[in-house]
Amino acid sequence: MNLQLTEDGRLRHLLTLDGLPRAILTQILDTAESFMDVGEREVKKVPLLRGKSIFNLFFEPSTRTRTTFEIAAKRLSADVVNLNIATSSQTKGEAILDTVDNLAAMHADMFIVRHAQSGAAHFIARHVAPHISVINAGDGRHAHPTQGLLDMFTIRRFKGEFHNLTVAIVGDVLHSRVARSQIHALTTLGVPEVRVIGPKTLLPTGVEQMGVKVFHNMEAGLAGCDVIIMLRLQNERMKGALLPSAQEYFKFFGLTPEKLALARPDAIVMHPGPMNRGVEIDSEVADGPQSVILPQVTYGIAVRMAVMAMLAGGATA
Amino acid sequence: MPASLPDVDPLIAQLAGAIAPVLTPETVIVGIHTGGVWVAERLHALLGCKQPLGMLDISFYRDDFSRIGLHPQVKPSNLPFDLEGRDIVLVDDVLHSGRTVRAAMNELFDYGRPSSIRLAVLVDRGNHELPIRPDFTGLTLDVPAHQNINLSRLDDGHLTLSLA
Repeated sequence: MNLQLTEDGRLRHLLTLDGLPRAILTQILDTAESFMDVGEREVKKVPLLRGKSIFNLFFEPSTRTRTTFEIAAKRLSADVVNLNIATSSQTKGEAILDTVDNLAAMHADMFIVRHAQSGAAHFIARHVAPHISVINAGDGRHAHPTQGLLDMFTIRRFKGEFHNLTVAIVGDVLHSRVARSQIHALTTLGVPEVRVIGPKTLLPTGVEQMGVKVFHNMEAGLAGCDVIIMLRLQNERMKGALLPSAQEYFKFFGLTPEKLALARPDAIVMHPGPMNRGVEIDSEVADGPQSVILPQVTYGIAVRMAVMAMLAGGATA
Repeated sequence: MPASLPDVDPLIAQLAGAIAPVLTPETVIVGIHTGGVWVAERLHALLGCKQPLGMLDISFYRDDFSRIGLHPQVKPSNLPFDLEGRDIVLVDDVLHSGRTVRAAMNELFDYGRPSSIRLAVLVDRGNHELPIRPDFTGLTLDVPAHQNINLSRLDDGHLTLSLA
């Protein structure tokens, strides 16, 4: 049984993009498109989720994701409660399901969950009452589906179609839940060539089985690309044996104007944020004309509105 | 009930005639997706309206959202003018319960505060559930509750009414 879909194939929870049918992905992107203009109105709100209570359950810190979820929920007229659990009852030893049960007793309608442990959102989704929906806002190394969706929305907005694109994902794929969600979405939406580029130590073994081409040389990997997605290099990786130094990494896998010139002249550059300037991306590229990094943030609101609206509507029918 | 439903074009011409006296150069015409936009397009042309045509998709304002969910094909609303202080003629194809019109008014007020809103419908079929009545009507019909009256557009752009 697919935990994410109802018996009649509607979205019930959003936990991963792995296995979600193309029709659902397209429906989310189309719905997001119609939410785009709400941010431009005098009253930046629609009444769809009026009276619903949405809990942002962040067991791991986040600024951008939590804030855009909060704005998205408020634009849908929901009531939003933010909980940074890293700093509250978890430190007092409360079990995760006790926290969830307590919030459900406060009449929660939706949980948005971020957790350092892979599978945390699934765990909660399996536990909650039928009228409660769960959105995974990032679990361990596993998935970050709304980030993957907003990246697809960004690509569609700038490139129009998926069927004729070459997309490169560059950097620390091994530790990246974002990369996993992107790969699933890109292949489902019919992108013919998805490349992953990075040092051997930062690419998971068997990544080819996800339907991607592997490159260890950035120059070769970027040639002819339409879309370049840079991943954040988590600084803590430098402390282990995976990488020699940030300078060394930048030399081989940092996106500079010279390396960008190898891609197609109209290639777009994306990054899920937060960026390490001078480590995985040169400031000149990050702030340059081919960068769509800030539009990604804006689109994230419309995409998260779409997911919440699809989850909340008809949920009890 | 008439055996066959009348042609749409004369009804729209009649509506335009009724609206014409209240039209000023500042009045805007706003159609509700999908049938209301078709009628509004005709009225806009017939009346030689100076302002761009407005279009509303009320999917985000429906009162049955929590029961039936989001319509899978939501079209963007497009109101290419400032609503503040405007006189609006709101156009729909069929007035039934009045819930669509209520949702449309709620949406309009999220864009600004119009000076006035008048309602023009091609067909008022009765069975109202809200205190909403049209200011301009092409045709008044007494359609039984279990039947629906629909406006459809053929490939050549021709509009027709049907009963189902």
